[in-house]
Amino acid sequence: MARRAVSIISPLGLWGAAAAALLLFLTLGTLAAVAWQAEFTRGLGRADIAALRFTLIQAFFSALLSVALAIPVARALARRQFPGRQILITLLGAPFILPVIVAVLGLLAVFGRAGIFNQMLNAFGFETVSVYGFSGVLLAHVFFNLPLATRLILQSWLAIPAERFRLAQSLGFAPRDMFRQIEWPMLREVIPGIFAVIFLICTTSFAVALTLGGGPKATTIELAIYQALRSDFAPGKAALLSSIQFLLCTLAAWSAWYFTRHQDAAAGFDRAVQRSDAGAVGLRIQDGLCLGFAAFFVILPLAMVIKSGLTGILNMPDVVWWAALRSVLMAIASSIVMLSLVLPLAQIAAKEKRAWPEAIAYLSVSASPLVIGTGLFILLNPYFSPRDLALPVTIIVNAAMAIPFALRGLLPAMREVEASYAPLADQLGMAGFARFRLLTLPRIRRPLGFALGLTAALSMGDLGVVALFADPDAGTLPLMIYRLMGAYRMEQAAGAALLLLILSLALFMIFDRGGQKNADT
Amino acid sequence: MLTLENVQITQGSFSLHADFTIAPDTKTAVIGASGGGKSTLLSALAGFLTPARGRIRWNSDDLTTQPPAKRPISMIFQDNNLFPHLTAAQNVGLGISPALRLTQADHQRVSDALVRVGLAEMATRKPAALSGGQIARVALARLLVQGNPVILLDEPFAALGPAMRAEMLDLVAELVAETKATLLMVSHDPEDAKRIADQIILVADQIAHPPIETNHLFNDPPEAMRNWMG
Repeated sequence: MARRAVSIISPLGLWGAAAAALLLFLTLGTLAAVAWQAEFTRGLGRADIAALRFTLIQAFFSALLSVALAIPVARALARRQFPGRQILITLLGAPFILPVIVAVLGLLAVFGRAGIFNQMLNAFGFETVSVYGFSGVLLAHVFFNLPLATRLILQSWLAIPAERFRLAQSLGFAPRDMFRQIEWPMLREVIPGIFAVIFLICTTSFAVALTLGGGPKATTIELAIYQALRSDFAPGKAALLSSIQFLLCTLAAWSAWYFTRHQDAAAGFDRAVQRSDAGAVGLRIQDGLCLGFAAFFVILPLAMVIKSGLTGILNMPDVVWWAALRSVLMAIASSIVMLSLVLPLAQIAAKEKRAWPEAIAYLSVSASPLVIGTGLFILLNPYFSPRDLALPVTIIVNAAMAIPFALRGLLPAMREVEASYAPLADQLGMAGFARFRLLTLPRIRRPLGFALGLTAALSMGDLGVVALFADPDAGTLPLMIYRLMGAYRMEQAAGAALLLLILSLALFMIFDRGGQKNADT
Repeated sequence: MLTLENVQITQGSFSLHADFTIAPDTKTAVIGASGGGKSTLLSALAGFLTPARGRIRWNSDDLTTQPPAKRPISMIFQDNNLFPHLTAAQNVGLGISPALRLTQADHQRVSDALVRVGLAEMATRKPAALSGGQIARVALARLLVQGNPVILLDEPFAALGPAMRAEMLDLVAELVAETKATLLMVSHDPEDAKRIADQIILVADQIAHPPIETNHLFNDPPEAMRNWMG
């Protein structure tokens, strides 16, 4: 087919250029501001170096633990068929859209000073353990990333052709041979990429460090940026830290890309491979224990949030409800902004087979919210009060951060539309908005609904840029929960966390279901 | 009259030359080995490929650089001829208005076209609920409402069984006779070509040869033709 280049002055071209300009401003523009204001000459103080070291060490061990624990869990899911398997897999997807602050409250209820875990230790006469500091940050990161790693590894496991297992069985492979010949080569291929992705996620961890870390021994760079700007009011220092953070993220993002570039996670989760080598009683018990551990680790904190939230939720001050309303409106606004940015980029990438929209969309992977926030703070502060702009800035930054995820779902769908139906649509003269309404939109509803739901849920639970900018009295629900925790009003915090959990899931499901309704293929 | 004036179509290392005219109100089959350029020729006529050299004309109008929808040409592809998320009637309606803004009279034309192809009862069905033959009929109904004087068929019936294919070809012949359209159809099967075509274009050796009268071609096939038929 001849490529019919859409001119830059077409409405789509203009819209795409505007979206690209905004994203470039948010990523490279804010980076320039940060580099311009960074006090490179002041050098790194001892606290800064401690933050850098803590960031690297906790990210390394978080990724290591998540991946190491995920391997046996994924193997158990890959070779066992049991009632509730699908539910467990779905549940392992939940932490991705779970607000960090909700998970933290759940983990505190299980592992905190008065939590179930310490009560049990006490009952058996052991010393209680503290969940704050390094161990707490690690615990929360594993809580979020063990399920992610499990799902990613499981996908690769199920992508191994069943014929290969059958061949191995006919050759009389023992479980150990099976692992060495078939499973280990697969793991060696995918594990570095998954490790790098989790390392990247943990490098930009802010909310976990804010709530469970802190102090000279457990401050991430992201948290140090926040403190420099918010407590010390030292934009030069914040900018310096932001520059370091950007380098770190770029490096981590590059290695994640490098290790995953050949992978194509397209397999479903629906089948467990029938394997005769897995029948031994010992292996059954081993798999059962792994699955039980994973299920408890994910379910227990969530169950505790619900249990302790039920008493508090009916008993919350009005400000919490106002914060909830603000959060819902901001989440919806974020989804709409995300959509208006990602659609023209995806359309140009799919229709004109250009690479730049994708490159620009993925730039935000290596830009952390707090770095963007610092850059915006530096640029806006001379002219506006950051507090006045807190809500719009948060909406836009959250939209930008969700774009890589949205594009990952939308672009393949849009490419498929172009590949299959562009000749017919061209022949009929379908163009512009009518073409989008009658052809593209009906065929991308599923990934579109998912992307909107994901953005809404992520931005609903966001505790990042908003903490940097917002007036605590006019903030979002996660910020409100953080304040209630800080004031030791734990019952109200638990109630608000339950409300946040319900609202996030509800927003996600409304959008996601909306995409599935009437979506015929 | 459809004129291909010294047309050269280039696609990577492949190229195809065509220099002939096709009289109006004729039915022409395009035959030749697969990968030989039959679909390429139709794509150029429909406007999906721009020739590297030469002109394509319909009567006195130069079509060479016109976009597909501006040409007096309708085409049915090998597959993906209907949008799966739209009903049969909506798919036909797109032939009248690409934004699907239809007047009462337009809706009537859509219904009439569906009646003509024998699908009066199927108007509200989506393609998933139609058989392969019915899907082809919807595409033919859309040709009717488009009302273009030139019709290109790129083997749209290839996936149908022999009896159904013969039935569809007869329907095409009827519709073309009613609308006085000029038909070009790609074919793999000499029998299909004999069944419907007045004349035949043989595509071989990177050349689309000028049309030859059907009986004449089959009675006294040139060498390229003999190679193709085996």
